Amino acid sequence: MISTDIAIIGAGPVGLFAIFEAGLLKMRCHLIDYLPQVGGQLSEIYPKKPIYDIPGYPTVLAQELIDNLVEQAKPFHPGYTLGERIEGLEKRGEADFVLTTNMGTIIEAKVVVIAGGLGCFEPRKPAVAGLEQFENGRGVNYMILDPEKYRGQKMVIAGGGDSALDWTIFLADVVSELTLVHRSESFRGAPDSVNKVMELAESGKINLVLNSNLNSVSGEGKLESVEVIHNRTMETTSYEADHLIPLFGLSPKLGPIEQWNLNISKSAIEVNTDDYSTNIPGIYAIGDINTYTNKLKLILCGFHEAALMSHSAYQYMNPGIKYTMKYTTVNGVTEF
Amino acid sequence: MSDINIVVEDREGNTTELVAPTDMGLSLMEFLKACEYDVLATCGGMALCATCCVDVMEGEEKLNEMSDDEYAMLDTLPDLLPNSRLACQLQLSPVMNGLKVRLHAMD
Ligand SMILES: Cc1cc2nc3c(=O)[nH]c(=O)nc-3n(C[C@H](O)[C@H](O)[C@H](O)COP(=O)(O)OP(=O)(O)OC[C@H]3O[C@@H](n4cnc5c(N)ncnc54)[C@H](O)[C@@H]3O)c2cc1C
Ligand code: FES
Repeated sequence: MISTDIAIIGAGPVGLFAIFEAGLLKMRCHLIDYLPQVGGQLSEIYPKKPIYDIPGYPTVLAQELIDNLVEQAKPFHPGYTLGERIEGLEKRGEADFVLTTNMGTIIEAKVVVIAGGLGCFEPRKPAVAGLEQFENGRGVNYMILDPEKYRGQKMVIAGGGDSALDWTIFLADVVSELTLVHRSESFRGAPDSVNKVMELAESGKINLVLNSNLNSVSGEGKLESVEVIHNRTMETTSYEADHLIPLFGLSPKLGPIEQWNLNISKSAIEVNTDDYSTNIPGIYAIGDINTYTNKLKLILCGFHEAALMSHSAYQYMNPGIKYTMKYTTVNGVTEF
Repeated sequence: MSDINIVVEDREGNTTELVAPTDMGLSLMEFLKACEYDVLATCGGMALCATCCVDVMEGEEKLNEMSDDEYAMLDTLPDLLPNSRLACQLQLSPVMNGLKVRLHAMD
Protein backbone atom coordinates (compact mmCIF):
# COMPACT_ATOMS: atom_id res chain seq x y z
CA MET A 1 0.00 0.00 0.00
CA ILE A 2 1.15 3.52 -0.82
CA SER A 3 0.77 6.15 1.86
CA THR A 4 1.05 9.88 1.20
CA ASP A 5 -0.16 13.30 2.32
CA ILE A 6 -1.86 14.24 -0.95
CA ALA A 7 -3.04 11.81 -3.63
CA ILE A 8 -3.35 13.62 -6.93
CA ILE A 9 -5.58 11.98 -9.55
CA GLY A 10 -4.24 13.08 -12.93
CA ALA A 11 -0.68 13.89 -13.95
CA GLY A 12 -1.50 16.68 -16.39
CA PRO A 13 0.21 20.08 -16.07
CA VAL A 14 -2.02 21.11 -13.17
CA GLY A 15 -1.47 17.93 -11.14
CA LEU A 16 2.28 18.23 -11.76
CA PHE A 17 2.43 21.85 -10.60
CA ALA A 18 0.40 20.96 -7.50
CA ILE A 19 3.37 18.79 -6.37
CA PHE A 20 5.56 21.88 -6.28
CA GLU A 21 3.03 24.06 -4.47
CA ALA A 22 2.31 21.31 -1.92
CA GLY A 23 6.04 20.61 -1.59
CA LEU A 24 6.76 24.20 -0.57
CA LEU A 25 4.39 23.53 2.35
CA LYS A 26 6.18 20.24 3.15
CA MET A 27 3.35 18.00 1.97
CA ARG A 28 4.20 14.86 0.01
CA CYS A 29 2.32 13.96 -3.16
CA HIS A 30 1.59 10.77 -5.07
CA LEU A 31 0.19 11.09 -8.60
CA ILE A 32 -1.87 8.52 -10.44
CA ASP A 33 -2.63 8.59 -14.16
CA TYR A 34 -4.23 6.11 -16.51
CA LEU A 35 -1.83 7.09 -19.26
CA PRO A 36 1.59 5.41 -19.25
CA GLN A 37 3.26 8.84 -19.24
CA VAL A 38 2.74 12.12 -17.36
CA GLY A 39 1.58 15.28 -19.16
CA GLY A 40 -2.17 14.89 -19.66
CA GLN A 41 -3.57 16.59 -22.76
CA LEU A 42 -0.24 18.25 -23.54
CA SER A 43 1.68 14.99 -23.95
CA GLU A 44 -1.21 12.98 -25.34
CA ILE A 45 -2.83 15.38 -27.81
CA TYR A 46 -0.42 18.15 -28.71
CA PRO A 47 3.17 17.48 -27.53
CA LYS A 48 4.80 19.28 -30.46
CA LYS A 49 2.54 22.36 -30.53
CA PRO A 50 3.83 25.66 -29.19
CA ILE A 51 1.92 27.30 -26.31
CA TYR A 52 2.03 31.09 -26.11
CA ASP A 53 0.15 31.97 -22.93
CA ILE A 54 2.37 30.64 -20.16
CA PRO A 55 3.71 33.63 -18.20
CA GLY A 56 7.42 34.11 -18.73
CA TYR A 57 7.55 31.86 -21.78
CA PRO A 58 6.88 33.80 -25.01
CA THR A 59 6.58 30.33 -26.51
CA VAL A 60 7.09 26.83 -25.20
CA LEU A 61 6.41 23.41 -26.73
CA ALA A 62 3.75 21.50 -24.81
CA GLN A 63 6.10 18.58 -24.06
CA GLU A 64 8.87 20.98 -23.02
CA LEU A 65 6.51 22.59 -20.48
CA ILE A 66 5.67 19.15 -19.08
CA ASP A 67 9.36 18.20 -18.87
CA ASN A 68 10.03 21.44 -16.99
CA LEU A 69 7.14 20.86 -14.59
CA VAL A 70 8.50 17.38 -13.82
CA GLU A 71 11.95 18.89 -13.21
CA GLN A 72 10.48 21.63 -10.98
CA ALA A 73 8.65 18.99 -8.90
CA LYS A 74 11.74 16.77 -8.44
CA PRO A 75 13.03 18.28 -5.16
CA PHE A 76 9.85 17.00 -3.50
CA HIS A 77 10.29 13.39 -4.69
CA PRO A 78 6.72 12.71 -5.75
CA GLY A 79 5.51 9.14 -6.26
CA TYR A 80 3.93 8.15 -9.55
CA THR A 81 1.55 5.30 -10.38
CA LEU A 82 1.17 5.39 -14.16
CA GLY A 83 -0.93 3.24 -16.49
CA GLU A 84 -3.59 2.74 -13.80
CA ARG A 85 -7.03 4.27 -13.45
CA ILE A 86 -8.41 5.36 -10.08
CA GLU A 87 -11.73 3.60 -9.67
CA GLY A 88 -12.63 3.59 -5.99
CA LEU A 89 -12.53 6.32 -3.38
CA GLU A 90 -13.50 5.63 0.20
CA LYS A 91 -13.34 7.76 3.29
CA ARG A 92 -11.81 5.97 6.23
CA GLY A 93 -12.11 7.41 9.74
CA GLU A 94 -12.10 11.12 10.30
CA ALA A 95 -9.45 12.26 7.89
CA ASP A 96 -8.06 9.62 5.58
CA PHE A 97 -9.02 8.53 2.10
CA VAL A 98 -8.31 5.20 0.44
CA LEU A 99 -8.05 5.13 -3.33
CA THR A 100 -7.99 1.96 -5.44
CA THR A 101 -6.91 1.53 -9.04
CA ASN A 102 -8.15 -0.87 -11.72
CA MET A 103 -4.95 -2.89 -11.14
CA GLY A 104 -5.62 -3.22 -7.42
CA THR A 105 -3.07 -0.65 -6.20
CA ILE A 106 -4.16 0.99 -2.94
CA ILE A 107 -3.20 4.55 -2.05
CA GLU A 108 -3.93 6.03 1.35
CA ALA A 109 -3.92 9.82 1.60
CA LYS A 110 -4.93 12.57 3.98
CA VAL A 111 -6.15 14.74 1.13
CA VAL A 112 -7.35 13.90 -2.40
CA VAL A 113 -6.84 16.32 -5.26
CA ILE A 114 -8.72 15.56 -8.46
CA ALA A 115 -6.77 17.04 -11.36
CA GLY A 116 -8.41 14.75 -13.89
CA GLY A 117 -8.78 17.25 -16.74
CA LEU A 118 -11.29 16.09 -19.31
CA GLY A 119 -11.42 12.73 -17.56
CA CYS A 120 -9.56 9.54 -18.10
CA PHE A 121 -8.07 9.13 -21.55
CA GLU A 122 -9.49 5.77 -22.46
CA PRO A 123 -8.77 3.74 -25.58
CA ARG A 124 -11.23 3.83 -28.46
CA LYS A 125 -12.35 0.26 -28.93
CA PRO A 126 -13.28 -1.27 -32.27
CA ALA A 127 -16.76 -2.78 -32.54
CA VAL A 128 -15.68 -6.41 -32.64
CA ALA A 129 -18.04 -8.89 -30.97
CA GLY A 130 -16.62 -10.66 -27.94
CA LEU A 131 -13.51 -8.49 -27.63
CA GLU A 132 -14.18 -7.83 -23.90
CA GLN A 133 -13.93 -11.52 -23.04
CA PHE A 134 -10.22 -11.40 -23.94
CA GLU A 135 -9.45 -8.16 -22.05
CA ASN A 136 -7.72 -8.10 -18.65
CA GLY A 137 -4.80 -10.40 -19.27
CA ARG A 138 -6.44 -12.78 -21.74
CA GLY A 139 -4.87 -11.37 -24.89
CA VAL A 140 -6.45 -8.03 -25.78
CA ASN A 141 -4.71 -4.85 -24.64
CA TYR A 142 -5.21 -1.26 -25.73
CA MET A 143 -1.93 0.16 -24.43
CA ILE A 144 1.54 -1.30 -24.34
CA LEU A 145 3.08 -0.74 -20.94
CA ASP A 146 5.80 -3.40 -20.95
CA PRO A 147 6.90 -4.58 -24.42
CA GLU A 148 8.98 -7.39 -22.87
CA LYS A 149 5.72 -9.12 -21.90
CA TYR A 150 5.24 -9.95 -25.57
CA ARG A 151 8.68 -11.43 -26.29
CA GLY A 152 8.54 -14.51 -28.53
CA GLN A 153 4.75 -14.41 -28.91
CA LYS A 154 2.37 -13.92 -31.83
CA MET A 155 0.78 -10.50 -32.10
CA VAL A 156 -1.75 -8.62 -34.23
CA ILE A 157 -1.71 -4.80 -34.11
CA ALA A 158 -4.66 -2.88 -35.62
CA GLY A 159 -4.60 0.80 -36.53
CA GLY A 160 -2.88 3.20 -38.88
CA GLY A 161 -1.81 6.10 -36.70
CA ASP A 162 1.64 6.97 -35.42
CA SER A 163 1.41 4.72 -32.36
CA ALA A 164 0.44 1.66 -34.47
CA LEU A 165 3.42 2.37 -36.75
CA ASP A 166 5.86 3.07 -33.90
CA TRP A 167 4.93 -0.05 -31.94
CA THR A 168 5.07 -2.20 -35.09
CA ILE A 169 8.63 -1.04 -35.71
CA PHE A 170 9.62 -1.57 -32.08
CA LEU A 171 7.95 -4.95 -31.60
CA ALA A 172 9.01 -6.47 -34.94
CA ASP A 173 12.23 -7.62 -33.23
CA VAL A 174 10.57 -8.60 -29.95
CA VAL A 175 7.63 -10.82 -30.93
CA SER A 176 7.85 -14.03 -32.97
CA GLU A 177 5.17 -13.07 -35.50
CA LEU A 178 3.60 -9.67 -36.10
CA THR A 179 0.63 -8.72 -38.27
CA LEU A 180 -0.34 -5.08 -38.78
CA VAL A 181 -3.94 -4.57 -39.92
CA HIS A 182 -4.92 -1.21 -41.39
CA ARG A 183 -8.19 -0.11 -42.89
CA SER A 184 -6.86 1.84 -45.88
CA GLU A 185 -4.14 1.18 -48.43
CA SER A 186 -1.72 3.83 -47.30
CA PHE A 187 -0.57 5.39 -44.05
CA ARG A 188 -0.52 9.11 -43.31
CA GLY A 189 1.84 8.83 -40.35
CA ALA A 190 5.38 10.23 -40.15
CA PRO A 191 7.01 9.36 -43.54
CA ASP A 192 10.05 7.87 -41.82
CA SER A 193 7.89 5.44 -39.81
CA VAL A 194 5.81 4.57 -42.90
CA ASN A 195 9.01 3.73 -44.82
CA LYS A 196 10.31 1.54 -42.00
CA VAL A 197 7.03 -0.39 -41.80
CA MET A 198 7.06 -0.94 -45.58
CA GLU A 199 10.66 -2.20 -45.40
CA LEU A 200 9.72 -4.61 -42.59
CA ALA A 201 6.85 -5.92 -44.73
CA GLU A 202 9.05 -6.30 -47.82
CA SER A 203 11.70 -8.20 -45.90
CA GLY A 204 9.02 -10.54 -44.54
CA LYS A 205 9.55 -9.51 -40.89
CA ILE A 206 5.90 -8.51 -40.49
CA ASN A 207 2.61 -9.34 -42.25
CA LEU A 208 1.14 -6.09 -43.53
CA VAL A 209 -2.60 -6.44 -44.12
CA LEU A 210 -4.02 -3.33 -45.80
CA ASN A 211 -7.60 -2.38 -46.79
CA SER A 212 -8.78 -4.62 -43.99
CA ASN A 213 -10.60 -4.44 -40.67
CA LEU A 214 -10.77 -6.63 -37.60
CA ASN A 215 -13.70 -9.00 -38.00
CA SER A 216 -13.72 -11.39 -35.05
CA VAL A 217 -11.63 -12.84 -32.25
CA SER A 218 -11.64 -16.37 -30.91
CA GLY A 219 -9.98 -18.64 -28.40
CA GLU A 220 -10.64 -20.97 -25.47
CA GLY A 221 -10.27 -18.88 -22.30
CA LYS A 222 -7.52 -16.81 -23.90
CA LEU A 223 -7.03 -15.28 -27.33
CA GLU A 224 -5.88 -17.72 -30.01
CA SER A 225 -6.77 -16.15 -33.34
CA VAL A 226 -7.90 -12.93 -34.98
CA GLU A 227 -9.99 -12.87 -38.14
CA VAL A 228 -9.56 -9.99 -40.54
CA ILE A 229 -11.90 -8.99 -43.36
CA HIS A 230 -10.77 -7.31 -46.60
CA ASN A 231 -13.01 -4.28 -47.01
CA ARG A 232 -13.39 -4.60 -50.80
CA THR A 233 -13.34 -8.33 -51.55
CA MET A 234 -14.97 -9.19 -48.17
CA GLU A 235 -12.60 -12.16 -48.01
CA THR A 236 -11.67 -13.21 -44.47
CA THR A 237 -8.29 -14.43 -43.24
CA SER A 238 -7.45 -15.79 -39.81
CA TYR A 239 -4.15 -15.13 -38.00
CA GLU A 240 -2.93 -17.05 -34.99
CA ALA A 241 -2.41 -14.57 -32.18
CA ASP A 242 -1.56 -14.60 -28.49
CA HIS A 243 -2.12 -10.85 -28.34
CA LEU A 244 -4.26 -8.30 -30.14
CA ILE A 245 -3.45 -4.62 -29.68
CA PRO A 246 -6.04 -2.29 -31.24
CA LEU A 247 -4.46 1.20 -31.37
CA PHE A 248 -7.17 3.65 -32.40
CA GLY A 249 -6.27 6.56 -30.16
CA LEU A 250 -7.78 7.68 -26.89
CA SER A 251 -10.85 9.64 -25.95
CA PRO A 252 -11.53 11.25 -22.56
CA LYS A 253 -14.27 10.00 -20.23
CA LEU A 254 -15.16 11.24 -16.75
CA GLY A 255 -15.63 7.62 -15.68
CA PRO A 256 -15.57 6.55 -12.03
CA ILE A 257 -15.30 10.10 -10.62
CA GLU A 258 -19.01 10.52 -11.39
CA GLN A 259 -19.91 7.94 -8.73
CA TRP A 260 -18.20 9.61 -5.76
CA ASN A 261 -21.09 11.81 -4.56
CA LEU A 262 -19.35 14.98 -5.65
CA ASN A 263 -21.49 17.83 -6.93
CA ILE A 264 -21.15 17.60 -10.70
CA SER A 265 -22.43 19.90 -13.39
CA LYS A 266 -22.02 19.09 -17.09
CA SER A 267 -19.23 16.56 -16.48
CA ALA A 268 -17.22 18.96 -14.27
CA ILE A 269 -16.86 19.12 -10.48
CA GLU A 270 -18.35 22.13 -8.70
CA VAL A 271 -15.86 23.85 -6.39
CA ASN A 272 -15.65 26.71 -3.92
CA THR A 273 -13.39 29.32 -5.52
CA ASP A 274 -11.94 30.30 -2.11
CA ASP A 275 -9.76 27.19 -2.19
CA TYR A 276 -11.09 24.85 -4.93
CA SER A 277 -12.54 22.47 -2.36
CA THR A 278 -15.46 20.25 -3.32
CA ASN A 279 -18.59 19.41 -1.34
CA ILE A 280 -16.62 16.62 0.41
CA PRO A 281 -14.14 17.98 3.00
CA GLY A 282 -10.58 16.91 2.14
CA ILE A 283 -11.29 16.51 -1.58
CA TYR A 284 -10.26 19.28 -3.96
CA ALA A 285 -10.69 19.61 -7.73
CA ILE A 286 -8.31 21.73 -9.82
CA GLY A 287 -7.68 22.34 -13.52
CA ASP A 288 -10.00 21.47 -16.40
CA ILE A 289 -12.08 19.08 -14.28
CA ASN A 290 -13.66 21.76 -12.10
CA THR A 291 -16.33 24.32 -12.82
CA TYR A 292 -17.34 27.68 -11.34
CA THR A 293 -18.67 30.97 -12.64
CA ASN A 294 -16.40 32.30 -15.40
CA LYS A 295 -14.15 29.22 -15.35
CA LEU A 296 -11.46 29.32 -18.05
CA LYS A 297 -9.98 25.98 -19.05
CA LEU A 298 -6.42 27.27 -19.25
CA ILE A 299 -3.18 25.89 -17.84
CA LEU A 300 -2.49 29.25 -16.20
CA CYS A 301 -5.79 29.13 -14.29
CA GLY A 302 -5.11 25.55 -13.16
CA PHE A 303 -1.73 26.66 -11.75
CA HIS A 304 -3.41 29.39 -9.69
CA GLU A 305 -5.96 26.87 -8.42
CA ALA A 306 -3.13 24.49 -7.41
CA ALA A 307 -1.56 27.23 -5.23
CA LEU A 308 -4.79 28.09 -3.40
CA MET A 309 -5.66 24.40 -3.00
CA SER A 310 -2.27 23.68 -1.39
CA HIS A 311 -2.68 26.33 1.27
CA SER A 312 -6.17 25.10 2.10
CA ALA A 313 -5.00 21.44 2.14
CA TYR A 314 -2.24 22.47 4.59
CA GLN A 315 -4.83 24.00 6.91
CA TYR A 316 -7.05 20.92 6.53
CA MET A 317 -4.17 18.62 7.48
CA ASN A 318 -2.84 20.86 10.23
CA PRO A 319 -5.84 22.41 11.92
CA GLY A 320 -4.88 25.15 14.35
CA ILE A 321 -1.38 25.69 12.90
CA LYS A 322 -1.17 29.04 11.18
CA TYR A 323 1.00 29.06 8.07
CA THR A 324 2.49 32.34 6.93
CA MET A 325 3.10 32.52 3.22
CA LYS A 326 6.77 32.89 2.28
CA TYR A 327 8.19 33.76 -1.12
CA THR A 328 10.51 31.25 -2.77
CA THR A 329 12.86 34.19 -3.27
CA VAL A 330 13.17 34.33 0.52
CA ASN A 331 13.16 30.66 1.41
CA GLY A 332 14.37 29.03 -1.79
CA VAL A 333 13.16 25.53 -2.53
CA THR A 334 14.00 23.23 0.36
CA GLU A 335 13.81 19.64 -0.75
CA PHE A 336 12.74 16.79 1.44
CA MET B 1 -28.43 36.08 -48.59
CA SER B 2 -25.65 34.40 -46.66
CA ASP B 3 -27.63 31.90 -44.57
CA ILE B 4 -27.81 28.23 -45.51
CA ASN B 5 -29.90 25.30 -44.35
CA ILE B 6 -28.20 22.36 -42.68
CA VAL B 7 -29.97 19.23 -41.52
CA VAL B 8 -28.49 17.65 -38.39
CA GLU B 9 -29.27 14.21 -37.00
CA ASP B 10 -28.22 13.71 -33.37
CA ARG B 11 -27.07 10.42 -31.86
CA GLU B 12 -30.62 9.56 -30.80
CA GLY B 13 -31.81 9.85 -34.42
CA ASN B 14 -33.63 13.20 -34.01
CA THR B 15 -33.39 15.33 -37.13
CA THR B 16 -33.49 19.15 -37.09
CA GLU B 17 -33.21 21.62 -39.93
CA LEU B 18 -31.08 24.59 -38.92
CA VAL B 19 -30.30 27.93 -40.49
CA ALA B 20 -26.57 28.66 -40.42
CA PRO B 21 -24.76 31.92 -41.21
CA THR B 22 -21.87 31.75 -43.69
CA ASP B 23 -20.51 35.25 -43.13
CA MET B 24 -19.16 34.74 -39.61
CA GLY B 25 -16.23 32.47 -40.43
CA LEU B 26 -17.72 29.61 -38.41
CA SER B 27 -16.76 26.00 -38.89
CA LEU B 28 -19.49 23.36 -38.80
CA MET B 29 -18.09 22.27 -35.40
CA GLU B 30 -18.46 25.79 -33.96
CA PHE B 31 -21.99 26.02 -35.35
CA LEU B 32 -22.98 22.63 -33.87
CA LYS B 33 -21.59 23.68 -30.49
CA ALA B 34 -23.43 27.00 -30.69
CA CYS B 35 -26.63 25.00 -31.30
CA GLU B 36 -25.80 23.02 -28.11
CA TYR B 37 -25.19 19.68 -29.81
CA ASP B 38 -23.17 17.18 -27.81
CA VAL B 39 -19.86 17.76 -29.61
CA LEU B 40 -16.81 17.68 -27.34
CA ALA B 41 -14.36 19.34 -29.77
CA THR B 42 -11.60 18.87 -27.21
CA CYS B 43 -8.83 20.33 -29.36
CA GLY B 44 -10.83 23.42 -30.31
CA GLY B 45 -10.61 22.78 -34.04
CA MET B 46 -7.03 21.71 -34.63
CA ALA B 47 -7.86 18.32 -36.19
CA LEU B 48 -6.18 16.70 -33.19
CA CYS B 49 -8.97 14.98 -31.29
CA ALA B 50 -11.64 13.62 -33.69
CA THR B 51 -14.35 14.40 -31.12
CA CYS B 52 -16.17 16.62 -33.66
CA CYS B 53 -16.62 13.85 -36.23
CA VAL B 54 -19.79 13.83 -38.35
CA ASP B 55 -21.02 11.46 -41.03
CA VAL B 56 -22.13 13.34 -44.12
CA MET B 57 -25.45 11.91 -45.31
CA GLU B 58 -26.14 14.32 -48.18
CA GLY B 59 -24.01 16.92 -49.95
CA GLU B 60 -20.60 15.26 -49.52
CA GLU B 61 -19.62 16.35 -53.04
CA LYS B 62 -20.01 20.01 -52.02
CA LEU B 63 -17.35 19.81 -49.35
CA ASN B 64 -13.70 20.79 -49.57
CA GLU B 65 -11.09 18.04 -50.06
CA MET B 66 -9.73 16.46 -46.92
CA SER B 67 -6.33 17.71 -45.79
CA ASP B 68 -3.69 15.17 -44.80
CA ASP B 69 -4.12 16.22 -41.16
CA GLU B 70 -7.87 15.58 -41.27
CA TYR B 71 -7.37 12.23 -42.98
CA ALA B 72 -4.69 11.16 -40.51
CA MET B 73 -6.86 12.05 -37.52
CA LEU B 74 -9.98 10.37 -38.90
CA ASP B 75 -7.90 7.32 -39.60
CA THR B 76 -7.44 6.76 -35.85
CA LEU B 77 -11.19 6.10 -35.42
CA PRO B 78 -12.07 2.43 -35.09
CA ASP B 79 -15.46 2.95 -36.76
CA LEU B 80 -14.62 5.44 -39.50
CA LEU B 81 -17.18 5.52 -42.31
CA PRO B 82 -16.32 6.46 -45.91
CA ASN B 83 -18.44 9.60 -45.44
CA SER B 84 -16.98 10.67 -42.06
CA ARG B 85 -15.50 14.18 -41.76
CA LEU B 86 -14.16 16.40 -38.99
CA ALA B 87 -16.74 19.17 -38.49
CA CYS B 88 -13.99 21.58 -37.38
CA GLN B 89 -12.36 21.34 -40.80
CA LEU B 90 -15.55 22.29 -42.67
CA GLN B 91 -15.93 26.04 -42.93
CA LEU B 92 -19.58 27.01 -43.50
CA SER B 93 -20.04 28.40 -47.01
CA PRO B 94 -22.96 29.09 -49.35
CA VAL B 95 -22.21 25.97 -51.44
CA MET B 96 -23.02 23.84 -48.40
CA ASN B 97 -26.71 24.74 -48.54
CA GLY B 98 -28.77 21.58 -48.02
CA LEU B 99 -25.96 19.63 -46.33
CA LYS B 100 -27.17 16.77 -44.14
CA VAL B 101 -24.93 15.45 -41.37
CA ARG B 102 -25.26 12.95 -38.57
CA LEU B 103 -23.20 13.18 -35.37
CA HIS B 104 -20.74 10.29 -35.46
CA ALA B 105 -21.34 7.64 -32.80
CA MET B 106 -19.20 8.17 -29.71
CA ASP B 107 -17.58 5.22 -27.98
C1 LIG C 1 -5.08 20.99 -28.76
C2 LIG C 1 -5.13 21.73 -27.45
C3 LIG C 1 -4.44 22.93 -27.35
C4 LIG C 1 -4.46 23.63 -26.14
N1 LIG C 1 -3.77 24.81 -26.05
C5 LIG C 1 -3.72 25.47 -24.86
C6 LIG C 1 -2.97 26.68 -24.72
O1 LIG C 1 -2.39 27.17 -25.70
N2 LIG C 1 -2.94 27.29 -23.50
C7 LIG C 1 -3.61 26.78 -22.41
O2 LIG C 1 -3.52 27.36 -21.33
N3 LIG C 1 -4.33 25.65 -22.52
C8 LIG C 1 -4.40 25.00 -23.72
N4 LIG C 1 -5.15 23.85 -23.83
C9 LIG C 1 -5.90 23.40 -22.64
C10 LIG C 1 -4.95 22.68 -21.69
O3 LIG C 1 -4.35 21.59 -22.35
C11 LIG C 1 -5.74 22.21 -20.47
O4 LIG C 1 -6.27 23.34 -19.81
C12 LIG C 1 -4.82 21.45 -19.52
O5 LIG C 1 -4.31 20.29 -20.12
C13 LIG C 1 -5.57 21.07 -18.26
O6 LIG C 1 -4.68 20.40 -17.44
P1 LIG C 1 -5.16 19.37 -16.32
O7 LIG C 1 -3.92 18.98 -15.61
O8 LIG C 1 -6.29 19.98 -15.57
O9 LIG C 1 -5.80 18.14 -17.11
P2 LIG C 1 -5.30 17.16 -18.27
O10 LIG C 1 -4.18 17.73 -19.04
O11 LIG C 1 -6.54 16.79 -19.01
O12 LIG C 1 -4.77 15.89 -17.46
C14 LIG C 1 -5.66 15.10 -16.71
C15 LIG C 1 -5.08 13.72 -16.53
O13 LIG C 1 -5.90 13.02 -15.59
C16 LIG C 1 -5.95 11.65 -15.95
N5 LIG C 1 -7.12 11.06 -15.30
C17 LIG C 1 -8.41 11.49 -15.30
N6 LIG C 1 -9.20 10.69 -14.57
C18 LIG C 1 -8.38 9.71 -14.07
C19 LIG C 1 -8.59 8.56 -13.24
N7 LIG C 1 -9.80 8.25 -12.75
N8 LIG C 1 -7.53 7.76 -12.96
C20 LIG C 1 -6.29 8.05 -13.44
N9 LIG C 1 -6.04 9.13 -14.23
C21 LIG C 1 -7.06 9.94 -14.53
C22 LIG C 1 -6.05 11.69 -17.47
O14 LIG C 1 -5.59 10.46 -18.03
C23 LIG C 1 -5.12 12.88 -17.80
O15 LIG C 1 -3.80 12.47 -18.11
C24 LIG C 1 -5.17 23.13 -25.02
C25 LIG C 1 -5.86 21.92 -25.12
C26 LIG C 1 -5.84 21.21 -26.33
C27 LIG C 1 -6.55 19.90 -26.43
S1 FES D 1 -12.36 19.74 -32.70
FE1 FES D 1 -10.76 18.33 -32.47
S2 FES D 1 -10.68 17.36 -34.36
FE2 FES D 1 -12.25 18.78 -34.60
